[in-house]
Amino acid sequence: MENNGWNEFEIGAMLRSFDGAATNIATTHTEDRNYSNSNSFTASVADWRIEKPLFNKDYCIDCQFCWIYCPDMSIISRDKKMIGVDMDHCKGCGICVEVCPTNPKSLLMYAEQQDEDVALAEWPEKETKEK
Amino acid sequence: MSEIKKIKNLKEFSTSADRFEGANLLCPGCAHSIIVREVLNATNDDMILSAATGCLEVCTAVYPYTSWDASWIHIGFENGSTAVAGAEAMHKALKNKGRLKQDRDPKFVSFAGDGASYDIGFQWISGCFERGHDMMHVVLDNEVYANTGGQRSSSTPIGSSATTSPAGRISYGEKQNKKDMLAIMAAHGSPYVAQVAPNKWKNMIKAIQHGFEVEGPVFINAMSACTTEWKFAPEDTIAISDLATDSLVFPLYEIINGEKLNITYRPKNVVPVEEYLAAQGRFKHLFKDQYKYLIKEWQERVDQKWDYLQRREEASV
Repeated sequence: MENNGWNEFEIGAMLRSFDGAATNIATTHTEDRNYSNSNSFTASVADWRIEKPLFNKDYCIDCQFCWIYCPDMSIISRDKKMIGVDMDHCKGCGICVEVCPTNPKSLLMYAEQQDEDVALAEWPEKETKEK
Repeated sequence: MSEIKKIKNLKEFSTSADRFEGANLLCPGCAHSIIVREVLNATNDDMILSAATGCLEVCTAVYPYTSWDASWIHIGFENGSTAVAGAEAMHKALKNKGRLKQDRDPKFVSFAGDGASYDIGFQWISGCFERGHDMMHVVLDNEVYANTGGQRSSSTPIGSSATTSPAGRISYGEKQNKKDMLAIMAAHGSPYVAQVAPNKWKNMIKAIQHGFEVEGPVFINAMSACTTEWKFAPEDTIAISDLATDSLVFPLYEIINGEKLNITYRPKNVVPVEEYLAAQGRFKHLFKDQYKYLIKEWQERVDQKWDYLQRREEASV
């Protein structure tokens, strides 16, 4: 994309979210959209993260709490199923982990450099309540 | 009129495709984008949006990027609401003349922070509501000018420490109580005004969809917990919002046609206000011995307000 300096930038500028005509965006998922270069979807905030959420689908009950409360549209849900985390746009806030109702949680925060396979193999066991 | 999107449960809702994109520059854990998502996903219709200057605007339209997949405009701090009102008037005029290229009715929504609604944009919003445009004004109420570093606004509650009303040895922080914006907007004769919170998503979707359905200016006051200025950890956004709604600091209710008040959410277990205050850094000083009387006053104020709301609901006025 062309990068303009502040003094070359016209007042009243218009940015287009999509290339070409875009209709029925409300029913088109991200993979079928024709994003333009000026859509922030094409950028990444992955370097903001210190910790990343990892998803263990064995414990997920598809309640979609993480989807509704994710502030960064980073929980990918298709056909009522949670299928993963969009690591390009996740800022690592940890809300998804806090709202996850399962026991053990199906989303947990790990350090950014944590290997996913190792984390999944060492996933915590179910916590039993002490009486 | 187009059909209302059917949202029975969260699973069904999760099939929505977001029209608000990631890699915006809002803080991690910001409730603003949770609110925006819930508003945009409440309908499948086209949308014409605006944002007044504030966190939402500066973070979602950083050149050369835009985070909006719908028509969106930003003009000034005060006139986000009139920009959308103008678009609505234009749409109506073209439709009456039969010059619309597409026969689709979009939804008109203006977003603004509490600074741009309670203080700076107030006159403009009042004008829009007086003229009766068919639009919705959504306030992202984080009770402070978060974008410019945490100055107090007229939405800031008593005892909160803001940069222009700091707490210290002499002062306990903000001294004025929060403006009752809902009562003011209801007095404009608006067909629907409601107070919502993003953590009660079903309640919120219901309010938004009702707002889209009615004709005329609709005012929505959405609580937006601010991790930076309220001073709590980013992962606690939903927990803090839960505390606010369950302690009745932020009661959820609606006023229909400026007269009929309904309480839309009644917590099963009411949490003491102290718990809500203790969870946030901006109220830390209230727990010093010299300011402890303020917590008691808070509780009394909240109880009084809740009592008032219940009496109004019962009398249906």
